Amino acid sequence: MSAATETPKIELTGVKKAFGPKKVLDGVDLSVAKGESFVIIGGSGTGKSVMLKSILGLLNPDAGTIKVDGEDTTHITGRARDRVMTKFGMLFQGGALFDSLPVWQNVAFGLIQGRGMRRAQARDIAIEKLAAVGLGSDVANLSPAELSGGMQKRVGLARAIATTPEIIFFDEPTTGLDPIMADVINDLIVKCVRDLGATALTITQDMASARKISDRIGMLYQGKLIWQGPTDSIDDSGNPYVDQFIHGRAEGPIQMQVKLG
Amino acid sequence: MGFLSGIGRATLVFLAATGRLALFTARSLSHCVRPPYYPRLLVQQMREIGYNSLPVVGLTALFTGMVLALQSYTGFARFNASSAIATVVVLSITRELGPVMAGLMVAGRVGAAMAAEIGTMRVTEQVDALSTLSTNPYKYLVAPRILAGTLMLPCLVLVADIIGVFGGYVVSIYRLGFNPAAYLTSTAQYLETNDVVSGLVKAAAFGFIIALMGCYNGYHSKGGAQGVGAATTHAVVSASIMILMINYLLTGLFFS
Repeated sequence: MSAATETPKIELTGVKKAFGPKKVLDGVDLSVAKGESFVIIGGSGTGKSVMLKSILGLLNPDAGTIKVDGEDTTHITGRARDRVMTKFGMLFQGGALFDSLPVWQNVAFGLIQGRGMRRAQARDIAIEKLAAVGLGSDVANLSPAELSGGMQKRVGLARAIATTPEIIFFDEPTTGLDPIMADVINDLIVKCVRDLGATALTITQDMASARKISDRIGMLYQGKLIWQGPTDSIDDSGNPYVDQFIHGRAEGPIQMQVKLG
Repeated sequence: MGFLSGIGRATLVFLAATGRLALFTARSLSHCVRPPYYPRLLVQQMREIGYNSLPVVGLTALFTGMVLALQSYTGFARFNASSAIATVVVLSITRELGPVMAGLMVAGRVGAAMAAEIGTMRVTEQVDALSTLSTNPYKYLVAPRILAGTLMLPCLVLVADIIGVFGGYVVSIYRLGFNPAAYLTSTAQYLETNDVVSGLVKAAAFGFIIALMGCYNGYHSKGGAQGVGAATTHAVVSASIMILMINYLLTGLFFS
């Protein structure tokens, strides 16, 4: 096991992705250790989502390699991809709950469809996971459309952790929530990741959330990871881009593509 | 030169779209035959495509049969050929109008719903969520719809054939004053198994096309509500046009 602990859980080397002439990822190098919580910050349109989707195999990078547990997963498909996907759980920005299914079937989806578990047993686990994110069994039979935004996020979280994944991705977990609910979600993320002993990779624009849930932070700008370091060093990163972002200043090296007047 | 580059660009766009569709079709078919299967979803889709389309397809067939009898009577009566009406009705319905009418109605009803549902799932990242839950979207979303479409359209058309012939019978007997026994005899007289079977084969092809276009357009939709709307329109329009084209080709194949 000593060799395994040295292998990064997720490793990206020189990953590039372009959509037509627009370079979204321009050589991203990233290494996330086992059990670590890494948060990637960056403005809108800097390629954060594209990076997550590339690691998940939902998008094919143009160049570079992506390794999970030391295994090159950049271009694998079919069965091999399915096998790697069982290691992942993901909380989507909008929840991405299946609106044709009741809440409990959403949570149990990976167990029933992915693992072939019996429905009764999967339902018990789903109720348990809902309880873990602070939802009672009374919501289990509701449709996702009947839930508030915060509750949908929690159900999404329960679904992401239901298969006890080794790696969990969080895509803007606090976007669209009020500050209190955002903090509740942050606490749940910290708790769930700790309980599972999982490796977490989060992308966010919310600095309060980033500080709370991360061990390390990296900043993505113009398709590159321009800075990374431990969470407590972010205030004296010495990087003008990072300083501008964490203090939310309009003035600085990052120029927003906004037409004024 | 602008003229030529325009032609070139249009050709490239067309070829790229054809290639994408061909790849999508090949991938969908391969997932139809490889496990895991989702029998529960297949049954659900069969009920949606087959059973729930019965009223709309039945009404269409009924009025088509009725108008066929009425219209051929006004034409044929001039040549004292009104005894041929029963044959005209039954052959037109089983060979052409049954499959085509049912196909067009189902394209509007089911193809649009498929594109809208899968398109919404796409833009709200539900399709991506399927992948992260170790479930292949082709297997879970596309394969049951394509199988159900291909299986259920022939069943629908069989019902439509019967209702259509019945519509012609009702008009001929109660409006045009034909003898019921004579009408039924001449209905059966010139009808061959091949007439019905060819219509059912067409129906299977149409069902496949409808489900394929619904899934393909939904799967590749982007850009929120507007994108889903466009996908829905494309699904119905492309399926309808392909139904009419393929109908011509198959007729040429069967009856030449």
